[in-house]
Amino acid sequence: MKILIKDGRVIDPSQGIDGILHVLLKDGQVAEVGSSIGADEATVVDAKGLVVCPGLVDMHVHLREPGREDEETIETGARAAVAGGFTSIACMPNTEPAIEGDEGVKFVLVKARDAGLAKVYPIAAATKAIKGELLAEIGAAIGAGAVAISDDGMPIGNSSLMRRALEYTSMFGKPVISHSEDPALSGRGVMNEGRVSTILGLKGIPNESEEVAVARDISLARLTGGRLHIAHVSTARSLEFVREAKAHGAKVTCEITPHHFTLTDEAVKTYDTNTKMKPPLRAERDIAALRHALKTGLADAVASDHAPHSEEEKDQEYDAAPFGIVGLETSLGLTLNELYHRGIITLAGLVRLMSTNPARILGLTSGTLKPGSPSDLTLFDPDKEWVVDESKFLSASRNTPFSGWRLKGKAVTVIVNGRILMREGEML
Amino acid sequence: MKFERSDLLGLEDLTREEIESILTTAGSFVEISERPIKKVPVMRGLTVVNLFFEPSTRTRTSFELAEKRLSADTVSIAASTSSAVKGETLKDTAKNIEAMGIDMLVVRHSASGAPHFLAKALDCPVINAGDGAHEHPTQALLDLFTARQKVGRLDGLRVGIVGDILHSRVARSNIWGFTRLGAKVVVCGPPTLIPPGIESIGVTVSYDLNEVIPTLDILMVLRIQTERLTQCFFPSLREYSEFFGVDRKKMSRAKKDVIVMHPGPLNRGVEITPEIADGPNSVILDQVKYGLAVRMAVLYLLSGGELTSEDSH
Repeated sequence: MKILIKDGRVIDPSQGIDGILHVLLKDGQVAEVGSSIGADEATVVDAKGLVVCPGLVDMHVHLREPGREDEETIETGARAAVAGGFTSIACMPNTEPAIEGDEGVKFVLVKARDAGLAKVYPIAAATKAIKGELLAEIGAAIGAGAVAISDDGMPIGNSSLMRRALEYTSMFGKPVISHSEDPALSGRGVMNEGRVSTILGLKGIPNESEEVAVARDISLARLTGGRLHIAHVSTARSLEFVREAKAHGAKVTCEITPHHFTLTDEAVKTYDTNTKMKPPLRAERDIAALRHALKTGLADAVASDHAPHSEEEKDQEYDAAPFGIVGLETSLGLTLNELYHRGIITLAGLVRLMSTNPARILGLTSGTLKPGSPSDLTLFDPDKEWVVDESKFLSASRNTPFSGWRLKGKAVTVIVNGRILMREGEML
Repeated sequence: MKFERSDLLGLEDLTREEIESILTTAGSFVEISERPIKKVPVMRGLTVVNLFFEPSTRTRTSFELAEKRLSADTVSIAASTSSAVKGETLKDTAKNIEAMGIDMLVVRHSASGAPHFLAKALDCPVINAGDGAHEHPTQALLDLFTARQKVGRLDGLRVGIVGDILHSRVARSNIWGFTRLGAKVVVCGPPTLIPPGIESIGVTVSYDLNEVIPTLDILMVLRIQTERLTQCFFPSLREYSEFFGVDRKKMSRAKKDVIVMHPGPLNRGVEITPEIADGPNSVILDQVKYGLAVRMAVLYLLSGGELTSEDSH
């Protein structure tokens, strides 16, 4: 089984490749990247006008299985991922029950294999039942295939426990992904604290709620030598802490979500509960810092923090609605629209943020087109204009603040393990 | 001329002209409550529901009486007696009430934005009777009306709002209202109860009531809720009163004709001493009296009534 992808702009930062080239896939692996490849009996994919890159990786999604299959299953999430241009996703463990130990990890892997869509890599609970009290069986989870450890959604309030989690996980070489938040400072806050929260009379979450936790987590990473990945960084000063940590050689990486680099807290003014998430949408100054960090490489990855919620739960008073929005099917479009087309990042920069780096952080074999690597590829049209219509989402949930947005840039063809799952915008 | 809005959700987005036209219309309603037969037929056949998810005596009674004096049919629902305790959502509760053919909904809710949420979900006009820490537009309108009755034009006057600004919807609505009518507003309280970024909406901040009082034409005192103590916003009621309680000593430096307002209910001896609350500068009961006229005007205008023009008044 061969696939020849012809005449696309092939971008692979892992090898410094950027040019109009052909890619030959054979037996589920990348066989060759070159300017003249002849291949008999190959399925030919014409990629003229498209970017051809290692499959995109969303390293931060919430699938709701087990527990809330009405909101998302591993299968619907993996399908939404393909529609959004992702060949791999890493799912957070805050399900009911939590994905924990080898049993939980195997459950996800079996479901994902049966679905046969995007690859789904489980991130396992750091603490038992994500309660922040006792360490979960981290080694068993990693042995079964977990790519990282996290209590995402629930900050680990106990600094000593966070220290142990980083220390213990360090022997496996896997990252601890931190949802860095001081729960007491956030209190019952529902949006960014500042001028807009004051006007709206909604309880605020100050930037410092994230920053004191980022500072703590980085200190503990330096103390333990453990690998720390900070999820959904949303403030300028958090980025300063990351910069300092990296300068000192600490093993710290971080990600930024498309909604945080696109929207400010002004979006909350309509009381639309699809503007409610954690961390909250911040002010203009922070947005500028986030965009700058994505430009300079201080931020390692773009991740969606895809968080499906049912319509009944979101269609409530602002205080009562749950935190989180879906992102798998808008992430690439927003990154192209808001960062590439505004001249903030290059296409190679985008591939680095959405494929090369997240694959490296999670230790995946994908994220590159080196011969022998898995034939996971994304072909996208950076100029294709489209309108976000959540009624057409393949995710089981519709909670997006970007309904009706006109975006420039969309995934066209997605190949996972040598199988074409989406071709010319149509799911196969 | 008609009032051009379908709901009254807050004062933030009302223009000076809109606020003044509501106040002028309210002026023509004051006299009705002074008649032996306190009733006019302008809302006959219309049904208004007062849906209150928070306890209220003054505001609810005021709305009910205003509705009755306009001859509307009224039903008042308190949260404790509604389906909310059975787990029904706010939207379902409101949709069910609307299905019974009501013409207007007055709502109070502890969640900021709840009236906006309902205004989107319902076809009938919605009046915000207080939402969380966001707005309480009819309270501010009656405060503006009272202030204008007592001191005349508000342009250039100095208004001090004292107390728990952070949690106060009355403060926010009054800030929009007074600044829009040309007054200068200073908010005063402990830093823990001053919301971040409040200066950016056009007020100044002071932590020293003694310094503020002599400069004021209007002093508005807010209620201190005792639950703020357990949340550590200040250490004791005694200490609060010492710094921010309005008493004779602090008032001795006030302008002679300053008016003292309070939206109620009073914590006598905490944020205000009885001698000030009941003293010659207090207009607290006038606020309540004029509240009725202001709410009649709002109900009348949202039901399609004509604005009273300045000339006819």
